Amino acid sequence: MTDSHDSDRLIRVGKWLTGIGLVAMAGLYYLALVVTPAERWQGAAQKILYIHAPAALTALAAFGIVGIVSLGYLFLKDPRLDAFAEASAEVGLAFGAIMLTTGPMWGRPVWGSWWQWEPRLTLTLLLVLLFIGYRAMRTAIDDPEERARYSAVIGIMALVLVPFVHLSVYLFRTIHPQPVILKPSRPTLPWEMLRTFLFAMAVFAIQYAGFVALRYGIGRRRAEAA
Amino acid sequence: MSVIRAGLAIAAKDVRVELASKTALATAITFAALVLVIFNFARDPAEVKLEVLAPSVLWVTSAFAGVVALNRSFAMERERGAMEGLLLAPVSRSAIYLGKYLANLAFVLVVNAVLLPLFIVFFNVAPGSALGWIALLLVLAATGYVAIGTVLAAMTVRTRFADLMMPVLLLSFLIPPVLVGVLATTRLLGGRPISEIAGLVQILVLYDVVFVTLGFMLFPATMDE
Repeated sequence: MTDSHDSDRLIRVGKWLTGIGLVAMAGLYYLALVVTPAERWQGAAQKILYIHAPAALTALAAFGIVGIVSLGYLFLKDPRLDAFAEASAEVGLAFGAIMLTTGPMWGRPVWGSWWQWEPRLTLTLLLVLLFIGYRAMRTAIDDPEERARYSAVIGIMALVLVPFVHLSVYLFRTIHPQPVILKPSRPTLPWEMLRTFLFAMAVFAIQYAGFVALRYGIGRRRAEAA
Repeated sequence: MSVIRAGLAIAAKDVRVELASKTALATAITFAALVLVIFNFARDPAEVKLEVLAPSVLWVTSAFAGVVALNRSFAMERERGAMEGLLLAPVSRSAIYLGKYLANLAFVLVVNAVLLPLFIVFFNVAPGSALGWIALLLVLAATGYVAIGTVLAAMTVRTRFADLMMPVLLLSFLIPPVLVGVLATTRLLGGRPISEIAGLVQILVLYDVVFVTLGFMLFPATMDE
């Protein structure tokens, strides 16, 4: 009985955090679009930075957390860790989808092309694809204990793969330089932009916490019902 | 029985079963040959010269053949219920992994050993010392991704849509070896000195060490009953 109480509380906390995050997100839009000055060369397109970069960083962090929590699961065999990994993976996919849709929107006017095989973009794309596989794998196994073990194995392998992908994709880029109108590495941001960016990071962190708490609570409730 | 001896015994068992029918091996080799043929036609011969495409074709074909080969590596155990027998045998999980890994590696290397001459013939590659290095690169790449594929196959074989799940998961792990392999092969076929691929070979060796170690660490978790 105490367990079901746990999942109820988690879902309640998740709803609150998500609500706070949404209000803060509205504030972020106002701050980014109205208060923060437009960038001189990129114009309005640059505003997407405040959504794109925090979404990308949150997605990468979410996938990293899956790997670390998965390692914990193999040692402790605690089903709560598996439910948490599942939640973080799904929320990571949602933020990854934001990253992958806002990237081309910005790339087209600024780089002159929808997509560039730039190391960070490529790594994120690959992780999103890999975690879609992770998600598919989870749905293809019925036994919860087996599903947890298998998912943990994939989560850990994905974490170990990251440096290899990053290194190899980086080599690929340096050997085949492509014309880029603007380098993805930006000069130091002026304070007004940095402030908005940091606020955006905080908003996305709250959203991540809210979504994961919700999804984790749902996962726990499902486990209780099973 | 030591882990190595038990592992070798399991690998020898798999190789004997394979050689008894040779169906899987012949099918995998035919698959690799067909991919080579498809790549030849997947270009405008007037616009894209065969030589330009050659390194990519070799590595993509090798990777696809590897996925196909690994996909069936635990099929025998599933169909005959032999996994239970293997798990009941007085050998450690590491020995089972070593055995399956070595058998899979042998299978993939034989497929590659046929693929490379076919590639040389179909793609007009000039014979030379570069080919020895390319063979070494193929062996180094397989050493790593077969370690991953053996772990993945042990899991996917017990899921629904096993034949789909395996490629979707394994292909992501093939990106580093394929990318490094293509870069090194392009330089070798372009007559560049060996010193220019030293760094790429190091990445492959690191990939092998890391994922073979990880395979031994994670495989037991796929076998808990």
